[in-house]
Amino acid sequence: MTDIADPHLAVPASGDAHADHGHVTSTGISNEKLAMWTFLASECLLFGGLISTFLLYKNRSGTGPLQETPHDLYDLAFTSISSFVLLMSSLTMVLAVSAIQRGEHRALRTWLGTTALLGSIFIAGQVYEFKEFLNFGYGFTHSPAWSAFFALTGFHGVHVTLGIVMLLSTLALSLTGRIGRPQAEAVEIVGLYWHFVDVVWVIIFTVVYLIN
Amino acid sequence: MSADANSVALSHPTDHADGHAHPTDKLFVKVAVILAAVTAVEVAWSYLPWSDWGDGKALYFLEVGGLLAMMGFKFFVVASVFMHLKFDSKVLTRIFYAGLVLAVAVYLAVLATFEFFTGGGSTLPN
Repeated sequence: MTDIADPHLAVPASGDAHADHGHVTSTGISNEKLAMWTFLASECLLFGGLISTFLLYKNRSGTGPLQETPHDLYDLAFTSISSFVLLMSSLTMVLAVSAIQRGEHRALRTWLGTTALLGSIFIAGQVYEFKEFLNFGYGFTHSPAWSAFFALTGFHGVHVTLGIVMLLSTLALSLTGRIGRPQAEAVEIVGLYWHFVDVVWVIIFTVVYLIN
Repeated sequence: MSADANSVALSHPTDHADGHAHPTDKLFVKVAVILAAVTAVEVAWSYLPWSDWGDGKALYFLEVGGLLAMMGFKFFVVASVFMHLKFDSKVLTRIFYAGLVLAVAVYLAVLATFEFFTGGGSTLPN
């Protein structure tokens, strides 16, 4: 098995080499990683639909006494800090992946925990923002503009929450000794999902919050 | 990994025998600082008194175009460096950007159909 000429089909004999390379597939990429990237590509269509819907309805404030659109009530300074927190969580995530690729378990746990914490801060900020809007009298069914806003940002929030669950699960697996250097790619795949959630927020922050 | 080897790994992308370049932690931190700086510029850009400077189309395109350009830059950098597309198999880049391009094309068509670029979506109910 070690004398395979095609480098993409080569399998490390010792099993100790980098776990993210040398898979027995025609592409040289593991099925799990390929599946995650394909899933993320399909998610572009999902979020594209939600963002487009928001753009179409963002000025439709309804016919009742409360006529403000989401843009009238944004606290831009607050959301900017939330965005910064989520952006920095991408750094801590990539440092977690880097740590496990070097076999540094303590660093992996530290960075995974930090990433989950930063994600939780972002979600707490989103819950606070939603609560503020609800206190003003603007709920999901108030008007097309508010429905589109809550659907888009709420859907993203659910993605972040799922990411936090994945991070904490990976942390638990690491603490019980079930994540080692050979499983580094599993951490990388969780990281891919987390970075995608971050890049989607990069778009939402600009299109929804910054551009009027 | 020896101390010397580790210090090298933290300063330069390393090439492994498998042909893949592995980025270093130092590169990730540098990229994060750049992303944070661009985010700060984005927010400051949105606070500029654009309406005081006139209401021409050119000014509007500069305001919105600048924000979209910074957004695109951040997206590309996170995908390339943090998601390792720059260092990984090109197949993954093609898969991801195929989905992205398809999504952008489909929804630009949808927005155009609903007169977003011309009539502000006047065909939609309030």
